[in-house]
Amino acid sequence: MTWRSPLALLRDAVLSQKAREKELRSLVSNLPFEGLGKSKQPNRFFKPNAIKTNKYTPLFFIPMNLYEQFHRLANVYFVGLAILNFIPVVNAFQPEVALIPICVIMFLTALKDGWEDFRRYQSDKKLNNMPCLIYSRTAKHYIERRWKDVRVGDFVKVVCNETVPADLLLLHTSDPNNVCHIETSNLDGETNLKQRNALPGLCTSNDVFEPESFNCTVVCEKPNNNLNHFKCFVEKPDKEKTGAGIESLLLRGCTVRNTEHAIGFVVYAGHETKSMLNNNGPRYKRSKLERRLNVDVFFCVLLLFIMCLIGSLGHYLWLKNLSDVPSFLVSDSKGHLDSPSLSSFYMFFTMIILLQILIPISLYVSVELVKIGQIFFILTDVDLYDEETDSQVQCRSLNITEDLGQIEYIFSDKTGTLTENKMVFRRCSIMGKDYPHKENANRLALLEETESEENVIFSQSTLSSQASRYDEDSSPVDTHRHGSRHRSKMAVNRQSSMAFSSPLETQVIPDEKLLQQISRSERSSSGISDPYMDFFLALAICNSVVVSMATTQRQRVSSPSHSHKTNNPLESFSVLVKRTGSFWKVFDSPKQNGSSTSAHKRSDDANGVQPRALDTVTLSARPAAASGDVCYEAESPDEAALVYAAKTYGFTLLARTPNSVTVRVPSGEELVFEVLDTLAFDSNRKRMSVLVRHPITGEYVLYTKGADYAIMELLGTPYAEHLSGQQKKIAADTQYHLDCYAKDGLRTLCITKKIVSSREYQSWLADRKRALAAIDGREELMMASAVQLETELTLLGATGIEDRLQESVPDTITALREAGIKVWVLTGDKPETALNIGYACRLMEEGDLVINMSCKNKVTCVSILDCTLEEVRRYHEDPRNVDTTQKISLMIDGDTLAIALSPDLQDRFLDLAKRCRSVLCCRVTPLQKSRVVKLVRDKLKVMTLAVGDGANDVNMIQVADVGIGISGQEGMQAVMASDFAITRFKHLKKLLLVHGHWCHTRLANMIIYFFYKNAAYVNLLFWYQFYCGFSGTAMIDYWLMIFFNLFFTSTPPIMFGIMDKDVSAEMLMGVPELYRTGQGSGEYNFRTFWISMLDAFYQSLVCFFVPYLAYQGSDVDIFTFGTPLNTSSLFIILLHLGIEIKSWTVVHWIIMLGSVALYFIVTLAYSAICVTCNPPSNPYWILQNQMADPMFYLICIISTVVALLPRYTFYVLKNSIAPSPLIQAKHLDRMEPSVRDMWMKEWRSLRGGTEVKESRLSTPPSPTLETSVDFYPGFGDAASFVGEDMSLNVIGD
Amino acid sequence: MTTMKEEGNYANRPSNTAFTQQRLPAWQPMLSAGVVIPGFLLIGLAFIGIGVGLLITSRSIQVLELDYTGTETSSPCYQCTMSNQSNCVCKLSFSIGTLFKGPVFFYYGLTNYFQNQRKYGVSKDFNQLIGDVSYFKSPSSDCQPYQRVNGKPIVPCGAIANSMFNDTFKLYQIINGKEELVPFDGKGIAWWTDYNIKYRNPDYTPLKNAFNDTEKPVFWTKPAYELDTSDASNNGFINQDFLVWMRRAALPNFRKLYRRITEGNYKDGLPAGNYSLEISYNYPVISFEGTKKVTFSNVSWMGGQNEFLGIAYLVIGSMCVVMSVVMLIVYAKFRFPEED
Repeated sequence: MTWRSPLALLRDAVLSQKAREKELRSLVSNLPFEGLGKSKQPNRFFKPNAIKTNKYTPLFFIPMNLYEQFHRLANVYFVGLAILNFIPVVNAFQPEVALIPICVIMFLTALKDGWEDFRRYQSDKKLNNMPCLIYSRTAKHYIERRWKDVRVGDFVKVVCNETVPADLLLLHTSDPNNVCHIETSNLDGETNLKQRNALPGLCTSNDVFEPESFNCTVVCEKPNNNLNHFKCFVEKPDKEKTGAGIESLLLRGCTVRNTEHAIGFVVYAGHETKSMLNNNGPRYKRSKLERRLNVDVFFCVLLLFIMCLIGSLGHYLWLKNLSDVPSFLVSDSKGHLDSPSLSSFYMFFTMIILLQILIPISLYVSVELVKIGQIFFILTDVDLYDEETDSQVQCRSLNITEDLGQIEYIFSDKTGTLTENKMVFRRCSIMGKDYPHKENANRLALLEETESEENVIFSQSTLSSQASRYDEDSSPVDTHRHGSRHRSKMAVNRQSSMAFSSPLETQVIPDEKLLQQISRSERSSSGISDPYMDFFLALAICNSVVVSMATTQRQRVSSPSHSHKTNNPLESFSVLVKRTGSFWKVFDSPKQNGSSTSAHKRSDDANGVQPRALDTVTLSARPAAASGDVCYEAESPDEAALVYAAKTYGFTLLARTPNSVTVRVPSGEELVFEVLDTLAFDSNRKRMSVLVRHPITGEYVLYTKGADYAIMELLGTPYAEHLSGQQKKIAADTQYHLDCYAKDGLRTLCITKKIVSSREYQSWLADRKRALAAIDGREELMMASAVQLETELTLLGATGIEDRLQESVPDTITALREAGIKVWVLTGDKPETALNIGYACRLMEEGDLVINMSCKNKVTCVSILDCTLEEVRRYHEDPRNVDTTQKISLMIDGDTLAIALSPDLQDRFLDLAKRCRSVLCCRVTPLQKSRVVKLVRDKLKVMTLAVGDGANDVNMIQVADVGIGISGQEGMQAVMASDFAITRFKHLKKLLLVHGHWCHTRLANMIIYFFYKNAAYVNLLFWYQFYCGFSGTAMIDYWLMIFFNLFFTSTPPIMFGIMDKDVSAEMLMGVPELYRTGQGSGEYNFRTFWISMLDAFYQSLVCFFVPYLAYQGSDVDIFTFGTPLNTSSLFIILLHLGIEIKSWTVVHWIIMLGSVALYFIVTLAYSAICVTCNPPSNPYWILQNQMADPMFYLICIISTVVALLPRYTFYVLKNSIAPSPLIQAKHLDRMEPSVRDMWMKEWRSLRGGTEVKESRLSTPPSPTLETSVDFYPGFGDAASFVGEDMSLNVIGD
Repeated sequence: MTTMKEEGNYANRPSNTAFTQQRLPAWQPMLSAGVVIPGFLLIGLAFIGIGVGLLITSRSIQVLELDYTGTETSSPCYQCTMSNQSNCVCKLSFSIGTLFKGPVFFYYGLTNYFQNQRKYGVSKDFNQLIGDVSYFKSPSSDCQPYQRVNGKPIVPCGAIANSMFNDTFKLYQIINGKEELVPFDGKGIAWWTDYNIKYRNPDYTPLKNAFNDTEKPVFWTKPAYELDTSDASNNGFINQDFLVWMRRAALPNFRKLYRRITEGNYKDGLPAGNYSLEISYNYPVISFEGTKKVTFSNVSWMGGQNEFLGIAYLVIGSMCVVMSVVMLIVYAKFRFPEED
């Protein structure tokens, strides 16, 4: 390395900073500069690919870690106190000794940090040294280097199943179509293959890509963390610009699949890659309890301040009262005595040091430990384990377990959360004619019965799970960054391998009439422009489903690097089954379960053999084997369902490349459609389109599918105007069918077609290209160009897809409601669908009053809101309704919600909403979801929980106090953003009712106890000050005081916080009302805190004054006096906990007895060994002496009994005279199961727990409302008042 | 094959043990009236028993306290409280009606004296006191301001040693107008561990040599090695009176053992009669409104006389008994239905 002047180095640093911060970056190939010095490299300003995530270096570990730790206020406080102790005028103890507790705590924390950092370092090292292929000019081919050697501007070759080392702009692939398939499960958890296209027009010769001839400039944006957006263009030497987006970018961490090799140009490396920018570390949330805790710590500080003030004032008065200088008053070295005021000023600080443990030093550490223990128990709960996906609950936020016990509002997504998100094609309407698919419905009903049969877990899922586990074991990956990733990857691998493959979803029994219709139209028009043909072609073409062959898919999952151990036998087994198993029938072997069944099923569908029910189908004309091993990989299950439906009718999607779609039509012909453009789905447009050139007619055809309200307003001419006039009613008929579908709870989609003229296409194409190449405002331009094309659509028909409710959803929702939690469902679906699901999952009951709000302008919205609010208020104030709980449900749609959320209306909206038992918001956008959650959380000051499974729920999950992700079918974004991830909605019940309740009561009681414990102990010292001239003397040896807090009384509360169980899980599940104890302020509130503080004062008074009175006037010395105090306070503190502990397991006994034993062993040993070890205090042989004295025992016994008697008696009387629900539940818990159930029923009905099952409301509709709002009897008769721009209908009793 | 697959399928299944599922067998005490009645009754009766025992024992202890501060003019020691009185001796006369059962312990007591003052408590040099001569030359700075005097180190240094109680007492029984000295036993009045382990004299014979170039504490009249002229082994740091003083009292009103009366005619106690206590009055207490007293007391297993504990036990015991009756009523009225 040549010498470089510091000035040059500085200049370089400034330049690189500048280069990195520019909005646009221009990158060129490194190859022409290969071998030149670093200063000659064109891309030297950008970060290299080596990553470093460890915070510390061995050399600077101590100062840096200390710096980190001092960010905690508590640590600063305690170090400050320790330093205070070094000031001679104020010190209370030996200064060195005062440092011990804080040092121990900080040392332990440092140890933990160091270990975590070391693991990060190791995993970084492992990543940095992974092999990869980089092109070298000198070697003229790709040579193997390490990941850390990759630089921006290099050409990297990634072979199949290898991980991409940096963000690569895809230039060339081995695929003839120049596409590359990747799996992004490492990044977002989605395991379906995604297609990436190489940048067109760069390869000079088609077969081989020559990096040396690459002489373009790549201009790309500044690195950002958005995984779904990338903007860049490539400028050729002739100034021609080609735009590229995320579809040409291979992200670091992805795996290349199904593609032999891919060559890319490194645009971002190392920490600038999108995956690294997304690594934000663990989430840190502060729980409600902790916020409350901090308030109480502040109260303690105040209390400490007051006590110290009393101490210093007392010292002042004491000194004032001494008329002369007695021999016990020690002056300074010159014989000079400080004035009383000055020494009482010093005394204030001495008192702070003496009484410092009133602020519990170990509380924060203990709380963290308790939470770790609580999380351990949540994770190990078998009931929260899902066999189907082999995944447990995940706790991604480590510090909000107790919030689970205080939830008051739940905001739930519908699709995938309440429902399975396993989309099943149910029925369709084509050209205004409904095809109900009756057999299909029957089949679904049948499948539902044999639910267990559907347990489809494939051999490959075994492999992948083992592979991932192996992977995890072999590399001690850092839990923060990789652990969760691995976990989610595993989960998703498993799901995706089964997600779209069970017979439920892949097979549709065609409707006879529709089949006939198709064969008719096939004959008549030979499939050129028949609406039926078009409908199914649209289903097959207009999607983003990737076709993969069964064999290749298998290959992708059994990635060779991981699973050599178990791979082969299973692999061959499944292949064997596949080959021979074409005659397997799913329903012929109903008893088979587990792995073999699943393998069979897989082979079934892989070979296209239809189960029994399909025997009737006449499609067997085509050879089963030929259609064979087609596998669809869809990003959304809807699409897969539609493609499978199309396949059933003979329109089989065979292949999809960026430029073409191959579809086999019923005639057996394979049509290749040239894809001109794909306008991808987005949540604003709510539709997607594919523009293709029809291979037969040569027309440009645009197929669009989307939500009905997004499509209906874009309709132009009805299909085939030349047909008879009645066909014009198609739109109206279809709309009617759509409404019917929605009422049945089906998800609806409209399918349209548009023929684009060549001229129109050309002009649009120019706009489109401009949009693509744009860097600024590209999204808007893209959107505008899409909207420009999607007009004047011709309606073909509509589809209804069923999304079945998850198992036990109604039960769960009922239980949650009984638990006093309000459940809101926020969905993007149509109101009718949402309402139907609302009833199906018992969010609403038949007999509820349903207020349906839907209006289009603000004025009507205001009037409706006021009117309804008035009515609801009146209803509540009606004396007849005092006993019945509210049974009003609100239903509101997205547009109205937008108005209701406006600042001037939100209060009224909330007032109405909080009087409703459940709220259903439909057609809401992700942003609205989060706004609703935020509004409720902030305005009503309640604990909110949001649960969802898809990317559209991420906002709301992040906003809510507790975010729960359901690792379902829609990728992992929701899980990534969540605090807890579960697999089924029903797990929410146990998670909240049992674990939430336990975690909350445990932690709340533990914290209260902790405050009590410290206060009770410190006050002993405080009372003694009254008898030692407020001079800051401690009558207990300082070491023993430290031990007391650090060892003798530290483990019992932690164990209490982790393991105490006030009521059994069965009771909590059986009587959800018990959950209400934790809501609101819960068990840890102002009252409980101060009661326990008062109790602490009382107990310390007893503990001090009993020995004081017993030893009064005797010749007792300081430590002999302190020993019974210390001992009886140990007993008091432990037995106090003993009163609080609700159930004693063997662990409790061991720890409690162990603490007492430890106290005596350590104290005895310390008093026997320490003759002069801790001058000036000398506890030598004191405890031994005391233990030989009967008085010691008598004093300890009476102070313990007197101190605990009030609390004990109070508990006993309260439990007998006015038992809390929890105590009653505990009583029930002790009964025989049969008797218990009987009692439980009786008790619940007594407490009004069965409100859900009670008969309907007794209030008649109010006459005043009849003009604007109708309360109709009977469910289902939804009467709407549709004004010009308002619709308010109330479905009710 | 199958087994392997099973394992693989449920690789993440949490282990189903009583511990991880939080189903460990547990004792769940119910704090309700019915359950605690026997407990209350038992504790109550036991406490009453203990209380009665304690009270009887305490009552059987004889105590005689005599204040000799001399604040009142009628007090025989009044003249000693006047300033510039050195070697003041006063005599206190008293009579005992019945036999004061032996062994009789003789205490001196101080009130309003804060031996538990923090800075006072720190003011000593432990290394000196275990006989480490090197610390004789340079006492610990803890001893300030009683570390050095006239440039010479003080041994034993510090405020505690300096303030050692220095009144001395002689007890005479007046038999037929003649004063007969009641022999005092000064052995073993300090803690055994103090005398044998915590405090040691330097290994010098004569002891005096160890104290060369040191100064006695400023308030002391005699150096440490001459504290007891009658008994050579009762000098230096292991002087019993010194040890007793060095064990700091916990409370500002305290007494400390001075002597025991165990010898000769007084083995069985002090017989009834007239006594005279000769006090050499040295220790100043008036300045901080303290008082001085002497106490004669015999001791039992519970130490000196203290009625508090007995009364406390009786009161709490009766309260528990009453409480058990209350619980019975509560139980009858409010019992939970299944508690039949």
